[in-house]
Parts: sequence; structure tokens; C-alpha cells
Amino acid sequence: MLGHTGVMIRDGGPLDAVGGVTPRWVAQPESVEEIAVVMGACADGGLAVTPAGGRTKLGWAAPPERVDVLLDLSSMHDVLEHVAGDLVVRVQAGIPVTRLAEVLAKAGQALALDVPFPDATIGGTLAAPSPGPRAFRYGNARDLLIGVTVVLADGTIARAGGKVVKNVAGYDLGKLFTGSYGTLGVIAEATFRLHPIPADRRWLSFECEGWEDAGDLLRSQLEPSAVEIDHPAEGLSTVAALFEGPAAEQRALAARELFEGGDVHTEAPAWWGQPPGSPLHSLRCRVAPSVPDGISVRGSLATGVYLASGSTDLDAWRSALPDHARLVGLSGDLTGDRWGPIPSLPLMRRVKERFDPERRMSPGRLAGGL
Amino acid sequence: MTVFDRLDALFPPDRVITDPVRLRTYECDGLTYHRATPMVVVLPETTEEIAAVVRVCAEFGVPFVARGSGTGLSGGALPRSDGVLIVTSRMRRILSIDLDQRRAVVEPGVTNLAITEAVRDRGYYYAPDPSSQQICSIGGNVAENSGGAHCLKYGFTVNHVLALEIVTPEGEIIEISEDDFGYDLLGAFVGSEGTLGIATKITVRLMRAPESVTTLLAAFQTIEAGGQAVSAIIGAGIMPAAIEMMDALAIEAAEAAVACGYPAAAGAVLIVELDGPSSEVEAQLAEVIAICVGTGSFEQRVAASADERAKIWKGRKSAFAAVGRISPAYIVQDGVVPRTSLGEVLAGIDALQDEFGIRVANVFHAGDGNLHPLVLFDDTAPGEGERAEIVSGRILDLCILHGGSITGEHGVGVDKARYMPRMFTDDDLDTMQLLRCAFDPGGRSNPGKVFPTPRLCGEVPRVHKGSPGEIF
Repeated sequence: MLGHTGVMIRDGGPLDAVGGVTPRWVAQPESVEEIAVVMGACADGGLAVTPAGGRTKLGWAAPPERVDVLLDLSSMHDVLEHVAGDLVVRVQAGIPVTRLAEVLAKAGQALALDVPFPDATIGGTLAAPSPGPRAFRYGNARDLLIGVTVVLADGTIARAGGKVVKNVAGYDLGKLFTGSYGTLGVIAEATFRLHPIPADRRWLSFECEGWEDAGDLLRSQLEPSAVEIDHPAEGLSTVAALFEGPAAEQRALAARELFEGGDVHTEAPAWWGQPPGSPLHSLRCRVAPSVPDGISVRGSLATGVYLASGSTDLDAWRSALPDHARLVGLSGDLTGDRWGPIPSLPLMRRVKERFDPERRMSPGRLAGGL
Repeated sequence: MTVFDRLDALFPPDRVITDPVRLRTYECDGLTYHRATPMVVVLPETTEEIAAVVRVCAEFGVPFVARGSGTGLSGGALPRSDGVLIVTSRMRRILSIDLDQRRAVVEPGVTNLAITEAVRDRGYYYAPDPSSQQICSIGGNVAENSGGAHCLKYGFTVNHVLALEIVTPEGEIIEISEDDFGYDLLGAFVGSEGTLGIATKITVRLMRAPESVTTLLAAFQTIEAGGQAVSAIIGAGIMPAAIEMMDALAIEAAEAAVACGYPAAAGAVLIVELDGPSSEVEAQLAEVIAICVGTGSFEQRVAASADERAKIWKGRKSAFAAVGRISPAYIVQDGVVPRTSLGEVLAGIDALQDEFGIRVANVFHAGDGNLHPLVLFDDTAPGEGERAEIVSGRILDLCILHGGSITGEHGVGVDKARYMPRMFTDDDLDTMQLLRCAFDPGGRSNPGKVFPTPRLCGEVPRVHKGSPGEIF
């Protein structure tokens, strides 16, 4: 069927399902141009497409209304350009984050993102970002992304940004596509700014009852790279702070004085940056949140961005949280409204209508049927 | 009813300007060689007033341009002679400060520095620091995604804005936030140069001031040697808050203007600022000095006090204005190149100087490859302005050739819209237009900026790129 294009296509099966929706076909392009060819053909046939990478988060957010073609980017796994002196890397979207980390480590560099899923790809990490501890210091995926190549529903290949960190020419489509869950188009290639791997790292951790306020540490000038809490459904909570740099140990010891206790380690706690379980919820709350019984919460006391796990009525929990807080049901069985309020939804809808007027890109994955 | 009638009904007389003499105050921003007299200027004091003006514009099909302090260097706030200029200078309230959550909510007319001044005595600051920070507005910073000397370590405006209230080009008031699950509209809006609407409330991140700040001035015989030092510092895994470089001509100008006292006979000076916990800064300073000496620096000065630090920065910060002392006119460029291409690009700029007989002073954010070549010319000498324009354009070509950008922090505006097709394909630009059309289908929000001759939103964009129907 594909002789003239060379794009690998096979029939879809239950293992290819996106949130329970099985695609008719799976396409496995090996280049940006091949993605464009597939997308153009899907446009002609009116077929709905969902892009996939390591498939670690296909069950996150809402299931698509329909999937005719699963666009499997796992064959696009190359580092295209790594200029160590510029601290910049350009990759194909299907590269696993762990594989990229291995390549960069050889030059003493890293993409400063904490991605808890070993199979997760760069494309999936952009399309469906998950919070990580060091976002406090380095920002999220959107902050480290400096250039992107996307393929739209009609097969158009478009680039934005570039390969320099400082660049304000044109709209930042990379940021627009961050968090888009495949509903605007396909992220095909990405360029990131990198950071040197710090000379040394120390974690200060201590146990506490209930919720801990890390205010003293955040008001200090010790510059932690991350301050995380692990608040299990039962038992004691643990707070851990990461210090990076040649004087990491000295700073961790100084922080211990602030908290009047704790242990300094050279390794992260086992729970560090790991999702707390399933079903999974995204919680953003800038003050100590009320946590229902049976719910565990992990995340950043510095940014107020958490992942929570356990069965709960989302509406009931939401009503117990402060007005500014946001609670979204990411995965698993849900009770209550998955999304909660999203004030900018009317604008998101207009963006969707422009980028994907025929609603063929993962339709329905996001709030409001985007 | 005319637009004027409607605006008169919305505002008291002192906040609607139609007097031709007063209108001239607003005919340009910091890029003074593009000028236009606005049809009318309004001075709103609230979000609702801005929304009302924008809705009047929608009703009459009239374009509008937002302006903060007018310090932009790309003509982003250049008015339209057929449009309304919405000036936010009366919206200068800091609405809230929350140090526990390290954030502040401010109106768009608040100056960049005013945010830091409001929290400095409590040990906090707002990180992005464009050179114009004493007067530039935060609303303008949002529009331009402004940087500054310290963005090497701390990032740009987009990394420090947490939420916005905006008035859309249709006149709606909508909040966009980093907390919104879905498209990063906040990230797309910041840096859109006023073409997607007007930010009316801005939530910014406040940062804890570093425990220690150390500034080093290192002098080199040549700019190449200075460039090697920059590469070696970054290569050693050190992330200074800022690394700035000036060449001999820029040093000469700064010396003439502010007597900054940089080492005599320096072919280039490097300013390296390190900040963070004292223990980290001390270790890094020793390493940076060793690297500078190793790459040929013949003199190093470390600022021992805030005064000495200010003295080192004085020469750098005055450089743009200072070239006025040595040249009747100049063009400031804002190109960016990968750090590893700095040497080649500077050699290319040298060759252009020789070829066109035009002098170029180089002042730049060396750490992130953001060049600010100052192309000097005598505007009374026949043909010299044109030659300076050509040199200026050729410098941008060099930046693009080396994989860089035509603008690192000043924005595209009207000034560089014509260079966009050199950096992006038609498909790239058409795709950006999809975002524009989602926000501004009528094309009324700051039209004529960023994009050369944009397609109208109703036009059918293109045909499918794939081969038809043969795959499945």
C-alpha cells in the first residue's frame, strides 16, 4: 500500500489504543517529510490522527473521539545536532528522554527536565508535560524549548524559534504546542537549551507530620534547585530539598540548620520525581492544600505544582481548595468533572479551529472537546 | 457617530488627545527614524476602559496600537495614522505583592524597575533587566519578551510572567495563566509584540536576591581572545548571571561619554557577573579569573563593593548613548549567533566595515551570542546612511547564515519585518498567522508589525501537501 512513499503502515490493534480507542492503522514515519506525506493523505481521506511516542501518557487526559491513524514517532529517535559549546541540542521528537540523557552526559551536559517515565519521548514530554522537581530552578519543558518543527493536519511543515537561546523573532509556536496533547498538529523535531551537569548534588530530607511549609528555606539564600514533598495517604510525610553546585554539601548542611534536622544524602529519595500512583490527578495550589482521605500527593513546595493519586470525587475536592487552585483528572477512573475551570478555554477553542478546522487531530483529548 | 464621538463619550477630555501638536509626542518609539502621527491617542486608566476602546475599534474597523513608555527599539509601538494609540502610562499601580508566594500583580504601565524597587528592601527582585529598565513598562516587556544582561542565567520575560489578564482584539477580557491545562497561550502571547491583544494585568515572579554578587572586568588585547574566554567559561560548566563584551571602538565611545576608566589599550573588555550563594560564587570567581588569564587577559578587576560594580557596569550600560559622542548617527542591531560562531561572525563584520567604509562598534551579550553591533554613520554625508543600512542588513544575513536570529530581545516590529522571510519560510509564517487569526481575525491589533504583508484571515491558506489518497 505504501510502496511509493516508503512510510511503514500496519493495522492497528488493542495494544495501540488511545484511552480505549483503537486506531484502524498505525503509521511509522521516519522523517519530517514522511509525517507530512501521511498527514496529507489523512487530510484527503478525512482521517483522524493521534501522534504517539513512548505511549506513556496516551491514557492521560480525555480519550479522543476517534482515531483512524496512530502516528507512531518511535522510529524518529535521532539526535540531529548537539553543539556542546552552544549548550544546544536538536532532536527528532521520538527520541526517548533517557537515550538523549545518555548522549548529553558524555559531554557533561543535560536537558534539565525530570521525566519519570523511562520510555517517554521528547515529543510526548512536550505535548503532555508532567511536572518535575527541578522546574523550580530550570523551568518546565516550555522554558527549555527554543525551537520546534511541527506538521499540521493538512501536511504543512512549519518551524518556529531556532537554535539560539535568545530569539524573539516570530510567534513561539513551540510554547503554543506545549501541552496540546496532539490536538493542534504533530511535534516532529525540537531544539532545547542545555545545562552543564552540576559538579555536585546533595539532598536534604526529613520526615514530618501532615503538610510542611518550606518557607524558611525559600526565604533563605541557599538557592535550592528543588523542594519536594511526599505526602502519602497514610503515615509521615517527607520533605526533600536538592542543592546543586560545587558547594552543594555546605548549602545542604546550612539548610539542615534551618529545619533543625534532617539527613544529607548524595542520592535522591526513591520517590523523588515519581508519580504517586493511579488514578493520577494534577494539582496546582500555592498554599498548603486540604488533602482528602486516601489521597497521596507529591510535588513541589516551591512551585505549588503536584501530582496526586487515589480515588476521590474531584468536584468535592475542588470545592475544598482555594479559588486559585486547579485540579485536573489526568488518568484512571474519575468521579466528577475532569477539568475544572479553564478561563482561557474560549481562546484555546479559537486556536484549535484555526490549526485543525476539520477536528482530525486527537479530537476531544482536551477540555471543551478540543 | 464617528470614532472620535465614541471616544469622547468614553473618556474625559484630558484623556483623549487629538491636538496635532500633542499627538506628535507619540509619533515614534525608541526607533526614531520610523514616524507616524496617530489619528487619536487615548489614556485609559482601567482594563474596562481599554476593552471599551478596543470594542470601538472593532465596531469601526479601525486599527489600534498599544504603547507603554515608548522605549522599544524596533518600532513595535509605532502608531498608525489611521488608528488609535492606546497609551498605558496612567496604569501604574502595583496591585498586590505576595512574598510568600514570590509573585506580584501589576498594571501594564508600571516600570520594570519599579517592581524591584517595591520589594528590594525585603530582599527580593524582578529578574529581567533590559537596559531601559528605569523607564520601560512591564506591559511593553510582555509584548516584546524583553531580556537584559542577566537573562543568560535567569531567562527572559516569558520565563517570569505567570499569568496575564488580556483584552483580546475583539474587546473581551480574558485571563491566561500557566495554570491553564492545555495550550500554553501565555507563552505564545508573551513576545507577540502587541499583535494578539493588550496585557492589562501582569502577574510576575519575584526572586529572592542572591546572597552574593561579584563582578569581574577582564581586559584582552583582542576580541578573539575575549571570545575564547567566554567559550572556556561556559565549557567549564559555569553559568554566570551575565557575560558582556565590548570592542575597542565601543570602549572608546564609553570612555568619551562617561570616563568609565576601563584598562587603556584594551582591544576588548569582558564583564562577567557571578551571583548565588557565597560559597558557590567564591569557587567560580577563582575559576573564571584563571580562565581569563589563561586565554590572554592582561588585567582583571574585581568589584569589591556595590559602587565599584556600578562603575564597571556604567561603561557597558552607557555604550549605546555613548556612540553618539563619536558618530552623528547610528543603527543598533540585535542579531544573535550561536556562541561558537561568534569569532567567525565578528570577522565577517570586520570585513563588512572594510568593504563599505562604515565603522561598527560591537557591544554584546557574549554569553548568549546576542550581538548589538552599532553601525555608525554620518547622516549628512551623501550615501552613507544607505551604506549603513546595507551593512546592517548584511550583519543580519551573517547571523541567519550561522543559524542565529535577526532579533534577540528588541523584537521584529516594523524595523525587521522585511527580514522575516530570510529566517522563515512562507509555510512557517502562514502557520504563525493561524495564531494571529485565532486572536485577531479582523487584523486590527498592531497591524504591520512582525510580519511582512500578512495574509487576510479569510483567505484559503493552501492546498494539501501530501500525495492524494494513495497511502491507505
